[in-house]
Amino acid sequence: MTPGPCRDCLADVPDGKARCQACGSPRIVRHSDLDDLAIAHVDCDAFYATIEKRDNPAIADKPVIVGGGRRGVVTTACYIARTFGIKSAMPMFEARRLCPAAVIVPPAMAKYAAVGRQVRAAMLELTPMVEPVSIDEAFMDLAGTRRLHGMSPAKALARFAAGVERTLGITISIGLSCNKFLAKIASDLDKPRGFAVLGQREAAAFLASKPVSLIYGVGRVGQTRLAADGFRLIGDLQKADETSLMRRYGAEGRRLFRLARGIDSRPVAPERETKSVSAETTFERDIAILRPLERHLWELCEKVSARLKAKELAGSTITLKLKTADFRLRTRARTLTDPTQLAAKIFAAGRDLLAREVDGTKFRLLGIGVSMIVEGRDADPADLVDARTARSAAAERAVDRLRQRFGRAAVIKGLALEEDEEA
Amino acid sequence: MKVTIERAQLLKSLGHVHRVVERRNTIPILANVLIRAERSKLSLKATDLDLEVTDSITAEVSPGGSTTVPAHMIYEIVRKLPDGAQVVLEASSDRAVLTVRAGRSRFTLQTLPESDFPDLNAGELTHSFKLAAADLKRLIEKTQFAISTEETRYYLNGIYLHTATAGKKPTLRAVATDGHRLAQFELALPSGADGMPGIIVPRKTVAEVQRLIEDTDVDIAIDLSPSKIRFTIGDVVLTSKLIDGTFPDYARVIPLGNDKQLIVDKKEFEAAVDRVSTVSSERGRAVKLSLSGGKVTLSVTNPDSGSATEEIEAEYKAEPLDIGFNSRYLLDIASQIEGETAVLKLADPGSPTLIQDKDAKGALYVLMPMRV
Repeated sequence: MTPGPCRDCLADVPDGKARCQACGSPRIVRHSDLDDLAIAHVDCDAFYATIEKRDNPAIADKPVIVGGGRRGVVTTACYIARTFGIKSAMPMFEARRLCPAAVIVPPAMAKYAAVGRQVRAAMLELTPMVEPVSIDEAFMDLAGTRRLHGMSPAKALARFAAGVERTLGITISIGLSCNKFLAKIASDLDKPRGFAVLGQREAAAFLASKPVSLIYGVGRVGQTRLAADGFRLIGDLQKADETSLMRRYGAEGRRLFRLARGIDSRPVAPERETKSVSAETTFERDIAILRPLERHLWELCEKVSARLKAKELAGSTITLKLKTADFRLRTRARTLTDPTQLAAKIFAAGRDLLAREVDGTKFRLLGIGVSMIVEGRDADPADLVDARTARSAAAERAVDRLRQRFGRAAVIKGLALEEDEEA
Repeated sequence: MKVTIERAQLLKSLGHVHRVVERRNTIPILANVLIRAERSKLSLKATDLDLEVTDSITAEVSPGGSTTVPAHMIYEIVRKLPDGAQVVLEASSDRAVLTVRAGRSRFTLQTLPESDFPDLNAGELTHSFKLAAADLKRLIEKTQFAISTEETRYYLNGIYLHTATAGKKPTLRAVATDGHRLAQFELALPSGADGMPGIIVPRKTVAEVQRLIEDTDVDIAIDLSPSKIRFTIGDVVLTSKLIDGTFPDYARVIPLGNDKQLIVDKKEFEAAVDRVSTVSSERGRAVKLSLSGGKVTLSVTNPDSGSATEEIEAEYKAEPLDIGFNSRYLLDIASQIEGETAVLKLADPGSPTLIQDKDAKGALYVLMPMRV
């Protein structure tokens, strides 16, 4: 064993001691390359359930499920509930069957978002290099922060975890490594309230016995395809040479070759450049009819448009996304002549694409996205034949201003959509 | 069916029809060309359900018959056969395969039954007239570039062909626009076209017609109805559906009243626009025109790479004006100008500009400015 810091009191614990000499804690971070690792993945433990338990101590030692509501599925299960075999995305009736005693709490997204922001603020005190992945998860790059904090990244992270626990009342798990791929894997190793370290040197050996699905981007389909080619474990990929993987899978082959060895050169990117803006919704009940689909589409278009306007962006490719009741994904895209940020234009293209897909199939999910992003000032130029572009742009902006003052419900467009003058 | 024909003749004829066939087809029969042989005549037909081209050529036929084979494949086979070869097409007795023989080459192609081949029923064509090949070529050339490719406004995806009047003379007028630029060309109304409905000829049809008339100088017979159009070019017949939509009232956006007139040397202007737009990174960035006195200053600023300016002499007497245009659109129009000078009639930086060509009677262009 190598020396390392105590996660509870941050004292340095020398080689060979099982517990911290200062506070008696057994939670020591040890790794031979500890001082060279600076990329961390931070993941909050059973985030929603933990917050609910924090706010209601009466349920702290009970199995808690956050979920229900719309689709009737488990959003988050606390660690006690997980011992009954309850998992995220499991249908609620099944979760109830597995654990009839579980306490079911409907999700309170606004509350979780607020806590998520507090966690993020705490991260930003450590380093500006924070790349959020979701509300309760982020990558951090602590390279070059040693002088600032007067301690190693490992110690600074341990202090951060203890601080979050003390001030916010929730626990987090940290994975520390030399790149994002390994850090993400590490954060999962010691959950909950964990701190795992994975170095480049042992990465290949560690990964060898793991299934290929551990590699991000390898889903069910990819896994089947790789298995058919004899790649079931990451170790199988390690035995293949780069050229043959590239010949078989193209650029993806190169990626697999590198990741199988724990090599990942993606930087931690705090402000990811916006490549697309999109919104989607899963229906309470599957829908097969155009009219209600259109209504959902309009709401999504307004949402996307509002985000584009807020970021002063516009885009010219409109992509419609549909998921059928049997989970097949359909995406359809159309490129406009000019970038737009107007809900009406996104909707016009989206509705056109949607109408072609409505054939009696039941859909469970609808989404719309705008990509080929440019600066907002290039959006929606004046048009020779459609004099309404300028007018409708002005109208939309007026609505936006009203909503800013009086809230979203102040103005709602009737979906008795005006028919195109020309059409 | 057995047909013997000279390779060059067959290749030319296949060349006329095979382009209609889409490369990717979900309906197998649409990938095929229909081959029909009867009484020393071989006729070929291809379709994409919106557009159909047929051609017929004389050949040695005995016995007659018909079948369908993959269009691009047979075209490629015939193209690769040696020049001067005699090609024999022969259907097997059960018509399951077609053999293509030439010299010592032999190909066997799987067929699909002729009865499955769709027919684009033209219905009754109500109006008929003739156009000289040169006139039709010009009509297409002057307007095709402005056709929109955006599907949401599908009614802009073609050339709007209709009757109009210029002065007091009736004309056949073609208009195309994508919302940024508009191109109009007209010629004296041919006899028979009087009273024809306004029709929108789809982009693909326009492109096919343009290819078919490339090397011809015969008169082209045009027959049309509100939903279909047919072009007869010698032995080649192209029948197409029309775009079912209403073309916008374009006349109201043609700014005939613009009073600020700019006259520039066409060649000098085109070259200058081309030069300054080199610094723009993306296609179709704005070029700014600053007009004052006897000159126009063209400038492009690209925040990522730099800027360019060029001054050219011009005839301009109105008050100074700054206006921006998409450089690519401006070049497209400038390259259409046949005369030595281009005449731009402007109003203000936010309103459409009219561009005229003194030497191309019947042509005019409208260009929407860009914010600069």
